[in-house]
Amino acid sequence: MREIYLDNAATTRTLPAACETAAKVMLQDFGNPSSLHHKGFEAEQYIRDTRKAIAASIKCTEDEIVFTSGGTESNNMALFGAAEARKRNGKHIITTRIEHASVYQPILRLEELGYEVTFLPVDAYGHVSAEELTKALRDDTIVVSVMAVNNEIGAIEPIAELAALVHARNPKAVFHTDAIQAYGKIPMFPSRMGVDLMSVSGHKLHAPKGSGFLYVKKGLAIRPLIYGGGQEKDRRSGTENVPAIAGLGEAVRYWFADAAEYRERMYRSKELFLKGVSMVPGAVVNGVPNDLRETAPHIASVSFAGVRAEVLLHALAEKGIYTSSGSACSSNHPAISGTLKAIGVADNLLDSTLRFSFDENTSEEEIAETVSALAELVPVLGKFRRS
Amino acid sequence: MYRAFLIKYAEIGLKGKNRSYFEDCLVEQVRHSLRMAGGGFHVRKEPGRIFVLCPEGFDYEDTVSAISRVFGVAEYCPVEVVNSTEWDDILAACTAYVEEHIPDRNTTFKVFCKRGDKNYPKESPEICADIGEHLLKQFPELKVNVTEPKLRFTVEVRGHVYIYTDSYPGPGGMPVGCNGRAMLLLSGGIDSPVAGYMIAKRGVSIDATYFHAPPYTSERALQKVVDLAKIISRYTGPIRLNIVNFTDIQMSIYERCPHDQLTIIMRRYMMRIAERIALENDCLALVTGESIGQVASQTMQSLNTTNAVCTLPVYRPLIAFDKEEIVAISKRIGTYETSILPYEDCCTIYVAKHPVTKPIVKAMEKSEKLLADIIDEMTQKAIGEREIMRILPE
Repeated sequence: MREIYLDNAATTRTLPAACETAAKVMLQDFGNPSSLHHKGFEAEQYIRDTRKAIAASIKCTEDEIVFTSGGTESNNMALFGAAEARKRNGKHIITTRIEHASVYQPILRLEELGYEVTFLPVDAYGHVSAEELTKALRDDTIVVSVMAVNNEIGAIEPIAELAALVHARNPKAVFHTDAIQAYGKIPMFPSRMGVDLMSVSGHKLHAPKGSGFLYVKKGLAIRPLIYGGGQEKDRRSGTENVPAIAGLGEAVRYWFADAAEYRERMYRSKELFLKGVSMVPGAVVNGVPNDLRETAPHIASVSFAGVRAEVLLHALAEKGIYTSSGSACSSNHPAISGTLKAIGVADNLLDSTLRFSFDENTSEEEIAETVSALAELVPVLGKFRRS
Repeated sequence: MYRAFLIKYAEIGLKGKNRSYFEDCLVEQVRHSLRMAGGGFHVRKEPGRIFVLCPEGFDYEDTVSAISRVFGVAEYCPVEVVNSTEWDDILAACTAYVEEHIPDRNTTFKVFCKRGDKNYPKESPEICADIGEHLLKQFPELKVNVTEPKLRFTVEVRGHVYIYTDSYPGPGGMPVGCNGRAMLLLSGGIDSPVAGYMIAKRGVSIDATYFHAPPYTSERALQKVVDLAKIISRYTGPIRLNIVNFTDIQMSIYERCPHDQLTIIMRRYMMRIAERIALENDCLALVTGESIGQVASQTMQSLNTTNAVCTLPVYRPLIAFDKEEIVAISKRIGTYETSILPYEDCCTIYVAKHPVTKPIVKAMEKSEKLLADIIDEMTQKAIGEREIMRILPE
């Protein structure tokens, strides 16, 4: 059966070149980068090459990049590391109601440890407003964390504007952004945007799982999460995951050679999809303003009134079409509602929402086939409803 | 370290002329279970006992847990074997036993003897007395206590001589396979795996039928049922799992029949289908995890209504158990953690707000007439296109 993979916000197919390089590292250039001999030196070269490619992609210096095991570790390292390092300046943290679990769970832990947290609301498009942030900022605010692109609806946050506000009000506060859905999808240049810490995951961009990095602005001190042999300039100990890092380098070189073109292709896919899906009875598109280009190119969220998301997901999967549900919020914290609820999606649609996410190779035929599958399935599945 | 075990069985020892049939079943089940502990074991029947000799380098813990899972085992004892019946050899082995296995000799003991070999020159009381005297001489710290001994120093004189002090309870019951085969209606819940376990305890082999309803139930829900079947197959032996696609039937019931009767009508078709598959596979009964009053479809009236469609007997080992009692067994046999994984099965996709709790057969039959033109064909198709998996323990 032909597969149509529209779950690229969950993970992407690994680039063949990334697999080959990773395999070569494991089979041939398998040295420990810390070893003094030639085998170690060779392995270190892969890390240097990847670091160079990443630095070019976000216009930063090479020593501002700390390799991690991926997005979750980057977010944890940023939040715990910055909060711990800044605790003498205060104990107030600001974040939003629509963060990914890998941000809000560390923040809930910090709350347990005695930090005070303000959760900013968002508007119907998932945007955090400058006014709300201004109101929330205090003298003792030490960390502000706002995601760059929301993983459920693809909202793009005004990161540069928010970061500028934070630094103007409180020069000692650290601005972190979770750029896991943003890196490569929209331009992200942390130093120009006033971002101090930026988390990135490799496998959202055709690199192997287990790869990723945290951008740490030059001169910013953060406490490590992991202590040991002092790799990554003491910021992240543990023998480097050289195969994954080498694979990440391949993916980054591939992607940024043509990022603008890929972005264009994904916007075209999204436009085509939303146009088609709007014809499906009961379909409601979430979080897209008049201009589609104000949202991320690869994520579309659509609710189908009267159909349970999980059932539709399985029915699509039977046709080889892979999507994602996941509107349900796993947290019991009163301030965290999940993105859909936060942007005001009606209660009866929360459990009827699917996310479709594209990559640069999603074709027009795939979009057309998905739309026609939805047009066929939604009316049938809508008949069978819970009381 | 012990290299051998003696297995005692209770109930099958009472059987008359069939006794050796039951014993052979038990030997077969012990062998099967020990294959999971690495294989290479030597298992043989002795009068009133089963003897297990372990291979070089065997894993003691794995072996014990394999033996303790076999239905029909009343007790098992780790033993030392003396490959000689010469009296001096027996005494020497008794000394060696205490030296190796009883580091703390500041304790009390009594010698027990079972003389399987009735031609042995010494009689039991004499054997006990002589061994007791020998041990007291060898180990002056030991003391005899004939009313409440801490150590039950047991010597069995058979073709060989076995020495042991400890005895552990087995699960009881009867060896699987000695009492025919039954068809278990297996869902992903807590109850049905326990029901399967309990029927198997009475020596019954298990086939199972699972109803799934894609896309309403997911492949993870099916995987969960396979995992549950694997867990109970550690006790029941291999299970033939029939996976029946129930979506069309369920949808048709939903479309045509009164919604407050959905669950009962659905259960009636499940019973019919399971029975058809059961009869094809020489099963002599259906088995369910039902318990009176637990949910609307398990009231006395509901059970009566679902039972009415079957000709085979339907065994419900949990019928009078409370939920907590069932949960306790599922935790003990290791199915609980899997059962509570949150995947929907086809009984939970649609639940009416107010399902009937006192259905009557006539009303169900009337509702089922609404399906008359399509149901036979759909049932045929569901049975014909079912997937069959052979489940083995891991």
